[in-house]
Amino acid sequence: MLNEVQDTTEVSRRDFLGLASFGAAIVSALGVFAGTLRIFKPNVYYEESRKFKIGKPENFPLGTVKKLDDEKVFIFSGDDGFYAISSICTHLGCIVYSTETGFQCPCHGSKYNIDGKVVGGPAPRNLSWFEISQSVDGSLIVDSAKEVPKGTKYIFA
Amino acid sequence: MNERYRSGVSEFIDNIKNLQRSFLASFLRSGKPTSDKSRAALMFNNFFLHIQGVKTHINTLRPTYTFGLGIISFFLLIIVVVSGVMLMVYYNPSIERAYNTIKDINYVVFAGRLLRNVHKWAGEGMIIFVMLHMTRVFFTGSYAKGREFNWIIGIILLILTFGLNLSGYMLPWDQLAYWALVIVANIIQSPKEITDSLGITQYFDIGGFSKQLFLGGYTAGQESLTRVYFLHIMFFPLFLFIFLGVHFWRIRKDGGLTKPENLEQVGGDTGYASRPEKTGGVFPTFKTYGLMELARGKTPAVDKDIENTVPSWPNLLLAEFAVFILTLAAVIVYSFFVDAPLREPANPLIPENPAKAPWYFLGLQELLSYSAFMGGVGLPGIALLGLALIPYLDREKGHVGIWFSNRQGVIEAVKALFVGALVNVGLLAFVVNFGWFRNWWPNIPQLLITLVNPGNIWVGFMIAWSLWVMRKGSTRMGAIAMFTMFLVSFLIFTYMGTYLRGPNWDFFWSKSQWPVH
Repeated sequence: MLNEVQDTTEVSRRDFLGLASFGAAIVSALGVFAGTLRIFKPNVYYEESRKFKIGKPENFPLGTVKKLDDEKVFIFSGDDGFYAISSICTHLGCIVYSTETGFQCPCHGSKYNIDGKVVGGPAPRNLSWFEISQSVDGSLIVDSAKEVPKGTKYIFA
Repeated sequence: MNERYRSGVSEFIDNIKNLQRSFLASFLRSGKPTSDKSRAALMFNNFFLHIQGVKTHINTLRPTYTFGLGIISFFLLIIVVVSGVMLMVYYNPSIERAYNTIKDINYVVFAGRLLRNVHKWAGEGMIIFVMLHMTRVFFTGSYAKGREFNWIIGIILLILTFGLNLSGYMLPWDQLAYWALVIVANIIQSPKEITDSLGITQYFDIGGFSKQLFLGGYTAGQESLTRVYFLHIMFFPLFLFIFLGVHFWRIRKDGGLTKPENLEQVGGDTGYASRPEKTGGVFPTFKTYGLMELARGKTPAVDKDIENTVPSWPNLLLAEFAVFILTLAAVIVYSFFVDAPLREPANPLIPENPAKAPWYFLGLQELLSYSAFMGGVGLPGIALLGLALIPYLDREKGHVGIWFSNRQGVIEAVKALFVGALVNVGLLAFVVNFGWFRNWWPNIPQLLITLVNPGNIWVGFMIAWSLWVMRKGSTRMGAIAMFTMFLVSFLIFTYMGTYLRGPNWDFFWSKSQWPVH
């Protein structure tokens, strides 16, 4: 019968403390639950390393393109150096294949030119270029977690 | 011999003799359903039946009002659960063994292939019948008068049905499953399209984060299969049953299914609706009415049953039983002749060409081929939000329980059907023949394509059309136009994605024209 009591706008100290502790209890309970949701983001990834060795530079003669199926990259070896272009389509993750003019995705028809730039289809981004480094034993290392700007080429001895 | 000195042994023997009767009496506490009173008691004393009313309105029993669509969806769910529990005994969710266990189910396990087919087709049947049920509820205006929130629960159940089907599709770990998983993971990642366009991906990569949560890593593998399996057998079913319980309970509390304000009995009603006996009511005759005979919105008159209701036992239950048997028979016959697909084992190196999602997502996949974000997240989000808000944006209550509300509603639905089909097909024909922005201006920014693409234009047209209908009529008429167009485009996009798209998502009139490779 709230409307029969005239001055209900003022909350009594007892009510305030009661409501506050009740609210605090609910917030803490929800907080505990929300904290446990962190479990869904894994701390360990049970999968292949995203950084991998691809062998010595001699294995990639000048002017060749090598498709590495498992690592899902194309390794280009040109006059001005090595570069690695991802073979994962930026639209929905299918594997592109190389054509005379560049790359083509079989799933939704995205087309890329020879530099991995989108020239057709629904792909929202260009194909990624990855960082290449050389390990102490001389073999090349591609790090597919590190993207580099298009046109970054590496020269190795 | 005096009764008082009867030994315990003879009493024990009597109890054994009476066992059948006493057990049955304890099981069916109200006795045989021979009078209205015991028929009512049968309904409300039984845990499984008490969710339904003691009495049922004859409008509910009219086959042409409900077509039994909701109850068919429920029975399909029962079939899916039973067959699914059996399949669980053999299926093993590991990427090494999943495919082989499915092969075993198909070729070795007793009746395994039939059970798998039943599970698959009943599951996909749920999509069809849940959507048809939604269509029925919409066109009879049954989302008004306190049922607004139940409509939203229905939308949640629709989403869960899609989720269950999709997660189940990924479990066999064949080529279909693997590439569907990859595509779904990338749809989840598609907000990246927006963050990339705004250049904030490195600070706020919501797309990449969600993809990692779904896959349990960066690429599809064992962790992903574990998560999909968890979604399929625990998460989605758990919430499906919770929401289904609320869905049914609310229907009951709202006084059963909707019915027109002024119902006239027609010839067909008398056949199945036997008139209640006036002598043996639920309560003693000196009472004028019983509590459970009260129905919302009606005041019962003295010595007269609630208008147009009949005892649920046997009228409703027999009808439901018949629907169940027909549903079961249809599923088994279909499953006997049509096998659930199983392709080669998953191969992460070779995408299928074309890589197609299951048929119920091919409409979305067509939209995806314009823009991953709009097709996968934006437009489905708008569509679901729009569906959920219908009861709040159209609050007219005049025509609840009548198909298409009135003559005007039929006209608007037919108009929307033809105009929608024409515009939708025209739009698709334009895209197929002339391409879109990137074909004309290769350097166009992605954000422009995300914002202006055929999918968005279609949704914009639907909204514009229904607003125009609303302007001269009522909100209900606008809603009818909108919903009709939604259904039409769902069908057209799905047909397009299923039959007219081939390798590289190019357009082909038929599968026989696909290039050989």
